[in-house]
Amino acid sequence: MSDPSGPVLTAAPAHRWRQTKNALATSALVLSVLVMLVPLVLIVGYTIQRGADVISWRFLTDPIQGIDQLPGGGMGPAIVGTLLITGAAAAMAIPLGVLGAIYLNEYGGTSKVAGVLRLLADVMTGVPSIVMGLFVFTIFVLRFKEKTGFAGALALACLMLPIVIRATEEMLKLVPSELREASYALGCRKARTIVTVVLPAALSGIVSGALLAIARAAGETAPLFLVIGIVSKTNTDLFNGPNTALSAQIFRNAGLSFEVSQDRAWGAALTLIAITFLFTILARLATAFLTRRTAS
Amino acid sequence: MAVEAPERPHTRGPISEGPRPPGVVTDHLFRWLTLGAGLMVLVILGLILFSTTREALPWFRSEGFGAIIGHDWIPAGNNPKFGALPLICGTLLVSAIALTLAVPLSIGIALFVTEVAPRPLRKPVIYVIDLLAVIPSVVYGLWGLSVLVTPIKGVYDDVASTVSSIPVLNTVFSGDPHPSGRSFMTAGIVVAIMITPIITSLTREVFATVPTSQKEAALAMGATRWEMIRGAVFPHSRSGVVAAVLIGLGRAMGETIAVALLSGSSPRITGRLFSSGDAMAAIIANQFNEATDTWRSALIGLGVVLFFLTIVIGVIARAVLHASERRMAGT
Repeated sequence: MSDPSGPVLTAAPAHRWRQTKNALATSALVLSVLVMLVPLVLIVGYTIQRGADVISWRFLTDPIQGIDQLPGGGMGPAIVGTLLITGAAAAMAIPLGVLGAIYLNEYGGTSKVAGVLRLLADVMTGVPSIVMGLFVFTIFVLRFKEKTGFAGALALACLMLPIVIRATEEMLKLVPSELREASYALGCRKARTIVTVVLPAALSGIVSGALLAIARAAGETAPLFLVIGIVSKTNTDLFNGPNTALSAQIFRNAGLSFEVSQDRAWGAALTLIAITFLFTILARLATAFLTRRTAS
Repeated sequence: MAVEAPERPHTRGPISEGPRPPGVVTDHLFRWLTLGAGLMVLVILGLILFSTTREALPWFRSEGFGAIIGHDWIPAGNNPKFGALPLICGTLLVSAIALTLAVPLSIGIALFVTEVAPRPLRKPVIYVIDLLAVIPSVVYGLWGLSVLVTPIKGVYDDVASTVSSIPVLNTVFSGDPHPSGRSFMTAGIVVAIMITPIITSLTREVFATVPTSQKEAALAMGATRWEMIRGAVFPHSRSGVVAAVLIGLGRAMGETIAVALLSGSSPRITGRLFSSGDAMAAIIANQFNEATDTWRSALIGLGVVLFFLTIVIGVIARAVLHASERRMAGT
């Protein structure tokens, strides 16, 4: 159905108008890139400017100020919370996601079951994060009558799972089938082939995908805000008592009009952006490592 | 790809002739383990549907059909009402604004990267646009709230006074009754910035599948670059772009925190873009922690509505994409 006949060309007298139109269109495309650079520069620039004034060693480690309008206090508990909750989510979602992707690519292939699971994973990436928060609230918080860091980790794990599955499957697809055949020819069974040949060959790509999923999860606010509660002292126990996270603290402080609250919000924002960028850069390094190794 | 072969060759010797050769059990276990992991996606989606719907039932019971088509959302007072219509409309309005702004921009950036940019510039542009996707949504909200709302209020007033004598437009762009600058439009603009990276990267992939032979054929016939894009790139990628827009729509509808901070939190049904309002995801974030009983049930119910909408949009998007892929493979 696609029409390969190409453009309808106009006759020579219209030549100049066609060139003008082409130049206009090209400048519109360049302009669209420039337009998108504006908010990026404004947001990152402003966050660094406001956040740098606030961030100090004490800000990163002190407990959170209990009385909003007073100065002082830090974000220590929120940083610990973000790292612990995201880490726990990653520990649940990444192994499960990688296994699921192995099924899709190595066993399921083009079968109906695999097709349906692939569609569901795609659709699940589109489920809003707040819905995951409500879901964990209904199955976990209502049952155990307590908001905990683990509930937040569950919600983030649900968000990460489909991303990890689809990213890993893409990486497994890139592993040449000759490698698998070579392994079979040496007498290895399928499971052994997957664990010792396919996974190592795709490792850097899988790591990169997982790190990007972690970066996305670390910045999530909505689900955490519903299920982890709030606390002003560091809580390293994910299973007992409420917890807090950087994103939740930014959201809370952004809504308060005190000058010190705004400062806290910007300090926490810069810290959070630094954490997510760090994971993104690590992911890029992992990809670069993969490319270099395959090229050599 | 030159990945090394396994260093240690198989050490078990030839396949034994016994009834259960070594490794068979592990092999089966591993297969079922991976299948189980894959099925978790199905299990979680099923559980979401079941548990959230169950908690939303009190809302449906107390409001009946009014739950979805009710015009009022008044959670406090003697006669609380939980009609979802203003929030559904708000979500649609914010998403519509966001898509109107983001789609042309995304297509422009994607075309720039695939067709116009000199090769060394392509990767940096992609990286930079992807960085926008890494900034957490709460930071967008914070930025919007403390930087964007004040100057944009002035712009709204200017626009409103410029079009004040033109019918229709003077309603759509009418002055903001809410003096803070928080409005559907403000939320829509910020959501547009947030969904541009995803639409860009999806459309970029679609444009990259256009066969070079077709593009070269167009250029060889004397087409300018723009004519080549219109004649060869667009017809080939129409359905892929539609799918990308739908996926962007799903993201825009689910966007929570930025809208919660920037919409002004006052549920209303209106076509006035500069008016303050509210949306489904946003109101859940803003009210959930203080809500009890029917109120909480209604908020969970909004989540169910949102879940259904995003699932339907997601399935349609994939169906469009799948159909176009099959057609491309056929030609």
